[in-house]
Amino acid sequence: MDDVDRLRRALESWERGELDKALARAAESRAEFRTASGLPLQRLYTPLDLPGFDYLEELGFPGQFPFTRGVHPTMYRGRPWTMRQYAGFGTAEETNRRFRYLLDQGQTGLSVAFDLPTQVGYDSDHPMAEGEVGRVGVAIDCLDDMAVLFDGIPLDRVSTSMTINAPAIVLLAMYVAVAESQGVEAAGLSGTVQNDILKEYVARGTYIFPPRPSMRLVTDIFRHCSVHLPEWNTISISGYHIREAGATAVQEVAFTLANGIAYVEAAREAGLDVDVFAPRLSFFFAAHSDFFEEVAKFRAARRLWAGIMRDRFGASKPRSWMLRFHTQTSGSTLTAQQPDNNVVRVALQALAAVLGGTQSLHTNSRDEALALPSEESVRIALRTQQIIALESGVVGSADPLGGSYLVEKLTRDIVAEALAYIERIDALGGAVAAIERGYLQDEIHRSAYRAQRELEEGSRKVVGVNCYHTGEDEATAGMELLRVDPEVERRQCERLAALRRNRDAGAVARAIANLERAARDPAAGLFVPVLEAVRVRATLGEICGVLREVFGEYEASTGMRGGG
Amino acid sequence: MDGGRPIRVLIAKPGLDGHDRGARVVARALRDAGMEVIYSGLRQTPERIAQAALQEDVDVVGLSSLSGAHRHLFPRVVQSLRERGMDHVLVVAGGIIPREDQAALREAGVAAVFTPGTPLGDIVAFIRENARRREGGG
Repeated sequence: MDDVDRLRRALESWERGELDKALARAAESRAEFRTASGLPLQRLYTPLDLPGFDYLEELGFPGQFPFTRGVHPTMYRGRPWTMRQYAGFGTAEETNRRFRYLLDQGQTGLSVAFDLPTQVGYDSDHPMAEGEVGRVGVAIDCLDDMAVLFDGIPLDRVSTSMTINAPAIVLLAMYVAVAESQGVEAAGLSGTVQNDILKEYVARGTYIFPPRPSMRLVTDIFRHCSVHLPEWNTISISGYHIREAGATAVQEVAFTLANGIAYVEAAREAGLDVDVFAPRLSFFFAAHSDFFEEVAKFRAARRLWAGIMRDRFGASKPRSWMLRFHTQTSGSTLTAQQPDNNVVRVALQALAAVLGGTQSLHTNSRDEALALPSEESVRIALRTQQIIALESGVVGSADPLGGSYLVEKLTRDIVAEALAYIERIDALGGAVAAIERGYLQDEIHRSAYRAQRELEEGSRKVVGVNCYHTGEDEATAGMELLRVDPEVERRQCERLAALRRNRDAGAVARAIANLERAARDPAAGLFVPVLEAVRVRATLGEICGVLREVFGEYEASTGMRGGG
Repeated sequence: MDGGRPIRVLIAKPGLDGHDRGARVVARALRDAGMEVIYSGLRQTPERIAQAALQEDVDVVGLSSLSGAHRHLFPRVVQSLRERGMDHVLVVAGGIIPREDQAALREAGVAAVFTPGTPLGDIVAFIRENARRREGGG
């Protein structure tokens, strides 16, 4: 009798014995258990749930294909994750102060939040920018703002992640120009531009141009950086916003990797060799609250991407197969009610990200369902990471949940379901075509509505929201919230007016005309003309304005009209 | 409102904020509750929202913003509606809106502010209760 048979018989005997007795004494609290994303959960997992399990094929060793157990051989023993809090508000001066505070508190990398006008390519004095300047991030109109933002911060020693997508090429050019003025060469810069336009159409909304010219801008950054910024992550392919918009864990993995496939295809069509650009692709996921599902999700994403890059695209360098990722704890799980409870949610989510092998991490602050985070709240969030790193002991071994029957089964389930989605997207003609016809968006909206219904019906519990209430008034009492000074907008507009008076207008006009010529020539690279425009103090709005003229603007269809 | 046409609602995203999960979920819930719902899509100016409200002859405008621009944008929508003679339109709002801003928004003509965690049923009930009051219950 082999081991499997022995185990099966023992399990059956346990079920008929101890289990049945326990169930007769007290029924389970629910007839059916599922993960937050709806994957079925059994009461117990054993080796029987992993038929045909092949350790070397499915897991391998850390730093080795398929990277299920992590991308580095020593994981956090050798290389701690980067603690990188997304920050930015008001003017460049204010954000510079917050950056220095975070670095003083032991943060190890910077992450810039830009305000919405910057993200959609408008100067602070554009009519559409009214009321939005400096609100959700820092306002950057020109190179001088960027220089203030990084004043006193040595760019050869700090890595910087910039959440910028449609105008990523402009902000990256500004960063390069600021580094030059600090005496730091582009080749010595490390960091990331998000540069993931596809998820903007799907979930985040800060698009400017239509998909096709946008893909040209994306691949242009790949091309330029592969030569001039070899340490730069040229894209952060983001599931975070897809998940936050309502997607399930499976959809998050599937849609992110489908977008990744579209970028690889676009870059190859632009004539780039996969092993030249693929090592600099990076990813960004959310960490939600269903602990084991999240850990499994990260492992599944790594396993899938390794296979896609090696087998589908024929990449030959191990670096090209590795899915390296940043994680942010989930903003949408934060509650406005009893905000201190969010500290606990964030700690659990952050732990899932670490057990899932993240390369860098942002922990949300407890007050973010109410406002931008206060300094005190940000400090608690950063301390949460430090406690996990230094006190919990979880950093001592790579992939400590590897081999858990439950986690391995969930990893397999997510791999299988995500692959099925990717096949469906392939059948629709790939991610760009699927987005153009609204397929990803519809899937996400459906999941979001389902989750909300479950919350309302009470089958999904959120402490402080649909159970364990306190009186509403004590919920946020005594909490100091951050307020962005409404004067920021006026000051920023004044600064911009002064810039326009004092710069060399002829040089700006020539640089913009050069950029326009390059944009009209599909074979021309755009990074260099953008960099030249930035250097002579052309503004972000002027640069994006000329690109708007050439490329046109994207108009989303809402898919929403009509009655009951 | 019994016997009349269903309540018509415009859900709108003023400003540059791209977060529309909440707006879409609310739009769908109102539709499931029997209302006629139009969603504006992203990046609308207050004037465009008021114009759409007029053209669509809606009873309710629901505004959503998570970017902090609500204090600037929401009162302008109310103002633009009034300029078009649409004083009877019920304006409600949702998003990340600190409590201390809510009184100012109410004063500016926003009838209710629904923050994260509000049950959809509360929003439906509020709209049923308050839409068309000023024209005598439709």
